Amino acid sequence: MLALVGYYEPWWIQIIKGIVIFAVALQLVPVVLIAERKLLGRMQGRYGPNRVGPYGALQPLADILKLLTKEQSRPATSVGFLFAVAPLISILTAVAAFAIIPFGDTQDIFGTKVGLYGIDVSIGPLYLFAFGAVAFYGIMLGGWSSGSKYSFLGAMRGAAQLISYEVSQGLALVGVIITAQTLSLTGIVHAQGGMWYIIPQFFGFLVFLVASFAETNRAPFDLIEADAELVGGYNTEFGGGRFASYYFAEYLNVLVVSGIVTTIFLGGWLLPFGIHPPGWVDPIVVLFKMSLITFLFIWVRATLPRLRYDQLMSFGWKVLLPLATLNTLVTAILVVATH
Amino acid sequence: MPEISLHDEHGAAQQAAAPAAPLNVTAWSPGEDVIEVRRTPAPGPTRSVWRSFVETARGLKTTFSRIIEGPSTIQYPEEKVPVYPRFRGRHKLHRFEDTNLEKCVGCSLCAAACPADCIRVVAAENTPENRVSAGERYAAVYEINLSRCIFCGYCEVACPFDAITMGHDYELSDYSRADLIFTKEMLLAEPLERAPLRNEGE
Repeated sequence: MLALVGYYEPWWIQIIKGIVIFAVALQLVPVVLIAERKLLGRMQGRYGPNRVGPYGALQPLADILKLLTKEQSRPATSVGFLFAVAPLISILTAVAAFAIIPFGDTQDIFGTKVGLYGIDVSIGPLYLFAFGAVAFYGIMLGGWSSGSKYSFLGAMRGAAQLISYEVSQGLALVGVIITAQTLSLTGIVHAQGGMWYIIPQFFGFLVFLVASFAETNRAPFDLIEADAELVGGYNTEFGGGRFASYYFAEYLNVLVVSGIVTTIFLGGWLLPFGIHPPGWVDPIVVLFKMSLITFLFIWVRATLPRLRYDQLMSFGWKVLLPLATLNTLVTAILVVATH
Repeated sequence: MPEISLHDEHGAAQQAAAPAAPLNVTAWSPGEDVIEVRRTPAPGPTRSVWRSFVETARGLKTTFSRIIEGPSTIQYPEEKVPVYPRFRGRHKLHRFEDTNLEKCVGCSLCAAACPADCIRVVAAENTPENRVSAGERYAAVYEINLSRCIFCGYCEVACPFDAITMGHDYELSDYSRADLIFTKEMLLAEPLERAPLRNEGE
């Protein structure tokens, strides 16, 4: 794998990168949290939180402090070990997936070549789906080990929903991979020099986006949490720090998906019209594009009501999957025909 | 045979067996104000695609236009909705402006009119040395239990001397019930008037 990267990163750079990724993730999540609450408020004709700190900016801090100082409790029917481990799985996989998002090209920092990403894996999207698949266990084990029927129902819904939508999500990316002829995420970004993939792969983009809403359990596909009928779904019985972990993982997943959409469809750190800014602008460009996608997530949450379960399933299998397959087929034929 | 209740199975069978009375009922016709909602048949493929894109976009437009519109929240403790002049808030007792005598003569008509029975009046005679009100008697004790008051304004209507009126204060919460019994001194005192007043026609 090192040979494929094309340069060698000393071990201490890897450690620094790991710390930086965790720190960035920890800083970004509260920002998304407050942004979501503020925007939801505005979209509903109200202010959102505006009491803690200037313009309510310290609200997430207050929330996190409140959650972390709460007592850890679990139901008598729960399975203790899994109950404690499940939120960790969620948070760990979310952060691990965050590691592959490229925030910029390889930079020269004090004479060392550093890629502005955790790792540039040569299997890019597969890494993402692998950790996405492990992330299901966080939800499923959490729901099942709670020993409560609401949690259990939420977990079962989650299992069915995540598996159905992962198929379309994966297939939607195949078109891009065929076009870019690489699985490396930085490679995919470099391949978008001429045109961002959102234009030739528009249907792939749409399918991937919709499937990502389902994969991150966001509205309108938040049947796993479904407050109205399942109390809180898989996280009903969780409180305090464990609940905070689930919450953190959910928002981090939104960020990861935004980052992946940015990288794969919106040209990563590239700017349109052939503008080539200096290297330090790259992360800002990526963060800006990510915030646009995150805004879309929040916007959709404020707009669309939750789907019924059969609607969710028929939409996933009868609409998204054929669309994704068709997109892949047409792309493959076009690529073969033009080469 | 024991008594047959209406929901008894046997009774129900009897009722069904009875010959049907001639029905003198005309068909119910909806009035002109009744709107009949017709369910459209399930949309076809084209219509489905149209719906999923255009209608979703319409929904997104609606929520986005809320951002531009701005919030309609009133930040309550700092901002207050002005009350109308006729708003019935906390009661006030009044004095004559020239003589500074109380208008209340202790007639207890307000207490009699009060449907919640929250006014207590104990009257006493005015004496030349101690003249409190303009009439023969005055209210030695005048208490309104605001935890019981329903703010109907009947006391105001009943009062023959306009001695009691409804003010504009509505922030009346307190920590104990005893604190909500307002005495004559409290009612006579100039109220805080924390609620802004809305002008007529505003």
